Amino acid sequence: MDDKFFQDSFEVLREKSEATELTYPHETIVAVLSHKQVRKTAKNWKVFSSDAPGRVPIPEETGIRDVRQLPIELDPPLHTDYRALVEPIFKQPLQTEFQQKLQCIIDEMIGFLLSKREVEVVREFSLPLQSKALTLLLNLPIEESNLWIDWGTHVFRSTDGGELDKGKASNLDTYIRDKIEKARCAKLDNIQESSDDFFSVLMNSTINGKSLSDKEVEGIANLTFAGGRDTVINLVTNTIWVFAEFPTIFERLKKEQDLTNNAIEELVRFFSPLSQIGRVAKEDTQICEHAVNAEQRVSLCWVSANRDSSVFVNANELMIDRKQNPHVGFGFGAHTCLGSTHARQLMKQLIPTLIERVETFEVVDMKESIEDMAGIKRKVGFEHLNVKITAKSKACKVEI
Amino acid sequence: MAKITFVTLDNEEITLEGDSGSLMSLAVENFIEGIDGDCGGVCSCATCHVHVDQKDLSKVGKPDQIEMDTLELEDSFNERSRLCCQIDITEELDGLKVYVAER
Repeated sequence: MDDKFFQDSFEVLREKSEATELTYPHETIVAVLSHKQVRKTAKNWKVFSSDAPGRVPIPEETGIRDVRQLPIELDPPLHTDYRALVEPIFKQPLQTEFQQKLQCIIDEMIGFLLSKREVEVVREFSLPLQSKALTLLLNLPIEESNLWIDWGTHVFRSTDGGELDKGKASNLDTYIRDKIEKARCAKLDNIQESSDDFFSVLMNSTINGKSLSDKEVEGIANLTFAGGRDTVINLVTNTIWVFAEFPTIFERLKKEQDLTNNAIEELVRFFSPLSQIGRVAKEDTQICEHAVNAEQRVSLCWVSANRDSSVFVNANELMIDRKQNPHVGFGFGAHTCLGSTHARQLMKQLIPTLIERVETFEVVDMKESIEDMAGIKRKVGFEHLNVKITAKSKACKVEI
Repeated sequence: MAKITFVTLDNEEITLEGDSGSLMSLAVENFIEGIDGDCGGVCSCATCHVHVDQKDLSKVGKPDQIEMDTLELEDSFNERSRLCCQIDITEELDGLKVYVAER
């Protein structure tokens, strides 16, 4: 497959119907394709439920984890309580102090980029950047990111399209349990220094008057490590690919920096870092012409909705000045991506810094990363992307 | 310069002045509780949903189709709903009152 321009894999199917059936080895999933139906279904949690541990991701993860990811694998009103509990942690990127620390990480990573003649973006830039930025969110020492970088781009897989890996999932479980134990010991020993890290904060939290159990903390941590990893890595990598492959876009952003927010939202729409997410039908129902049985799974196909030409003019074009952009790249409804504030803030600081310090990017070599959605191939990013980077000369920085 | 009043869910009335940009930006810059503007104003997230005071409906006008499609899915949608990222501040908005919608 040579999908140079991230084509719309669902266009033909979506033109035929607003939904289709995806046949996976052990189940048939009704995939909702149109923007309108995807948003409507996402809102209808009473019928299309998330209260199904391991069955919200597609393919399902019941074989590799038994912990319920929180808050995503719950429905309102319980979901609302857990979401409210963790939201302050995930909104930290809006604070000035957080942004200053994030800028230090970005500056250091771009300094590294510019110190080399050629860089493999996925593993040498996007993965370490994502991991280091996560230490800020979790209030852990930056050195902790070295271990997370060693885990690779996925915590549950070897590659984007690879099989779920029980060994990798087990390593994550062990790591999280170890962190919980250490937080418990610190609490018992009354060690103040460690009381504000992610695990300690959760261990000291209550919900509806009850302390969080170890399983609940595990569930929140599991989602935190799995959810925003390959998605952020692909978004950052693909953005650099855009700047290399379409220098006019990079040049326009240099001149019109007030387009940065529109550009970020458009990159999220265009690349749809998370292809789809599952819901489980609570009752026998129907989506368009497709019957859905109780307990059958439904896919909210974000990637298809984001290319719906009935909503997005020139849907297959990356238009960085798109003004209205009701994309569902961060999901929609009660379960809108908890990490979206972090991802957006990372991009809001990364792009201006690249603009300030980089003259050009040039692709030297790359291998596409292809996701197989029950036989439908979809390009999500790159397994590797080697680029040459030319730094801006200092003279260029001086405004005349 | 237009004076615009936001009424939060706690019934706190906050009057701000603005002469450009969107109503959402004005609210976010002034930390109006309940207006997050997560998507920065591209009509994607609906975290800037307000109900326009009845007397001011003609000042702000009606939502276009894209905005309406987003609003209609909100639980607190009514005929006075607007996303304030889609309302540009002009002199004509002077005296506008909007109520932060429940999410």
